[in-house]
Amino acid sequence: MDRRSFVKTVSLIGLSTIPLTAKSKPGTSKPSDKKEFKAILVDITRCEGCQSCEYACLEANGNPDFEPDDFEVNVERKTSVDQLTVINAYDTSKGEFYVKKQCMHCNQPACVAACLTNAMEKTKEGPVIWHADKCMGCRFCMVSCPFHIPKFEYESNNPRIRKCTMCADRLKEGELPACVENCPNEALVFGTRRELLEEAKRRIYQNPDDYHHEIYGEDVVGGTSYLYISPVPFEELGFNTELETEALPKTTTGFLHGVPVIETLLPPFLLGIAAAAKWKSKKTEEVEDEE
Amino acid sequence: MKNNMKKDLKRDAKNFLKFFLSELKPKGKLLTPFNFIAATIIFLGAVIAFFRFKDGLGSVTNLSQEYPWGLWIGFDVITGVAFAGGAYVITFMVYILRMKKYDSIVRITVLNGLLSYMFYAGALLLDLGKPWNVINPIIGNSFGMNSVMFLVAWHFALYMIAEFLEFSPAIAEWFGSKKLKKWLHGITFATVIIGITLSTLHQAGLGALFLMTKSKLHPLWYTEFIPILFFVSSIFAGLSMVIVEGSISKRVFSNLMSPEHHHTHNDIVFGLGKICAIVMYVYFFLKIVVLFHSHSMHYLDTPLGLWYISEMLFFTLLPLAMFTYSVRHRKGNMIRAAAILTLIGIVINRLNVTIIAFNWNLPERYYPSWQEIELTLAVIFLEIVVLRWIVVRMPVFNEKKESREDKISITSAS
Repeated sequence: MDRRSFVKTVSLIGLSTIPLTAKSKPGTSKPSDKKEFKAILVDITRCEGCQSCEYACLEANGNPDFEPDDFEVNVERKTSVDQLTVINAYDTSKGEFYVKKQCMHCNQPACVAACLTNAMEKTKEGPVIWHADKCMGCRFCMVSCPFHIPKFEYESNNPRIRKCTMCADRLKEGELPACVENCPNEALVFGTRRELLEEAKRRIYQNPDDYHHEIYGEDVVGGTSYLYISPVPFEELGFNTELETEALPKTTTGFLHGVPVIETLLPPFLLGIAAAAKWKSKKTEEVEDEE
Repeated sequence: MKNNMKKDLKRDAKNFLKFFLSELKPKGKLLTPFNFIAATIIFLGAVIAFFRFKDGLGSVTNLSQEYPWGLWIGFDVITGVAFAGGAYVITFMVYILRMKKYDSIVRITVLNGLLSYMFYAGALLLDLGKPWNVINPIIGNSFGMNSVMFLVAWHFALYMIAEFLEFSPAIAEWFGSKKLKKWLHGITFATVIIGITLSTLHQAGLGALFLMTKSKLHPLWYTEFIPILFFVSSIFAGLSMVIVEGSISKRVFSNLMSPEHHHTHNDIVFGLGKICAIVMYVYFFLKIVVLFHSHSMHYLDTPLGLWYISEMLFFTLLPLAMFTYSVRHRKGNMIRAAAILTLIGIVINRLNVTIIAFNWNLPERYYPSWQEIELTLAVIFLEIVVLRWIVVRMPVFNEKKESREDKISITSAS
């Protein structure tokens, strides 16, 4: 192949992918955007389980009077419509450690891909937020979330979906998320996802004996904005390590791409069958007439 | 010609209201055991619905944060839509393949399908947390274009319109507008084609809803082929429903049917049974392929694995064998039994995907509350009452004598 035809072929291939790449979708953002998602790094070695983040979260989300119960070791508490973040304690091979649990703010969230009204939104800044005026309460986001995070107010006649918003409102005003601001041990660090991945790796490389060599959230379900580093393997701390690295919305793209194909090809196909059937029934009638 | 039609329409509209009001009155005895039971259940359902909207879903359902979808979605919507699949299959057979034998059951099947969709959509409104926002994905202030649910909602809504148009000639015939009926007949073929396309996609789409639940749904049920399995199974689910409903109608509404209809009934049942058997072979084969493909064989000797095996053996393979045997040996009752077994199998399959094998790795379980079951029954009874109201009044089982002329108009439209 000479150079000219090579260039031609390559540019043709490039052109042909434009319609595919140009049709960008919410939930699948360009790499350049992804770099600048805001994120939070949780360093489990530094957390002392003081629950300051829980109280700060309750206050920031208009629920200051709620009194969270104390955790028990190895008993998993879940987030609820009141508590958008909780601390759990685990007895591990290297002693007792505490894990903060909340929405992971996935890069390509299943809840956003699930939502048929755009009520669940992955903002450009990174937080996944929910819009009350759009939601119809179908709870498909809850069904789809691999971390069991969105919570629904079953006792209300005008229910809300409750989940951590990474304090998106505070971020807009230049403030830190409430939990990060109130963490006394700097176990929580706020920054861009890119910076925090670097920071996490730096900590692991500089203290290789103190950390398990993995960042939870780096690539689980396509990557998340909450990143965890830990002294012990993550399965000891109640993390779901069975989750794949493929982003969940990708499991539906095959079907979704098939829909317009079927919509355009099936009707003419049916017309064809109908024409054939008509021709056949005429023929049999003719044969019957001849007989 | 057009002017005439307009005038006719105007006159029709005027007469229609008068006629409709007179038809609202009940025909036949009011105080029957069935009516009594139906009225009680529907009334109780209305009371429960009232509390559901007053105090929230939690006041009457056992739904939880781990089980956001329960009986109302798993049975009413996801199973119900599969049961209503008969309409697109029968219209395909009659209008596309020209299998004339099934002409006489088109109307009742389409009516059944239409009512099922209307009432299941109604049940869906009960389940939505904020049902007043249900128009959001339709009016377009927020299109969640990448949501499978968005596709399902649209195909659902459009298909209801298509089914209404397919049934509308019977309504036109009911209040005696020949012109309107002729026009509606003219568009039937087009609506049938659109209806089949829409059905294919939303039957598959209901399965596609579970594509993202990879970490929650048991590996024996989770597969990327779930949309195809849902679509294929909706064919024999729908036809089995037609067989069962037909057998019930034959007893209950026998005075409304012409002798001809009675005569062809058995023939139709055997024909449908044969199709069920063929499609179930395909389905069973697909399930086996998927099982090997998914590398989840090692789950087969767990309790859920045994449950999976029983779904496959007793509710797929057994009815399949029964269909095959009874079609060969012309055993009508056995076909009906096979159809009922198939329907139970579909209920089990859909509940497995939505509830039983869902969250299989969590300790939490979901069992429907009595209110959820009661309201489901109320929806079913309400549907039966409306169905009976229509069947008694409109020409559902027997088209009027000018049917020959209509058939010509169908032919010319195609």
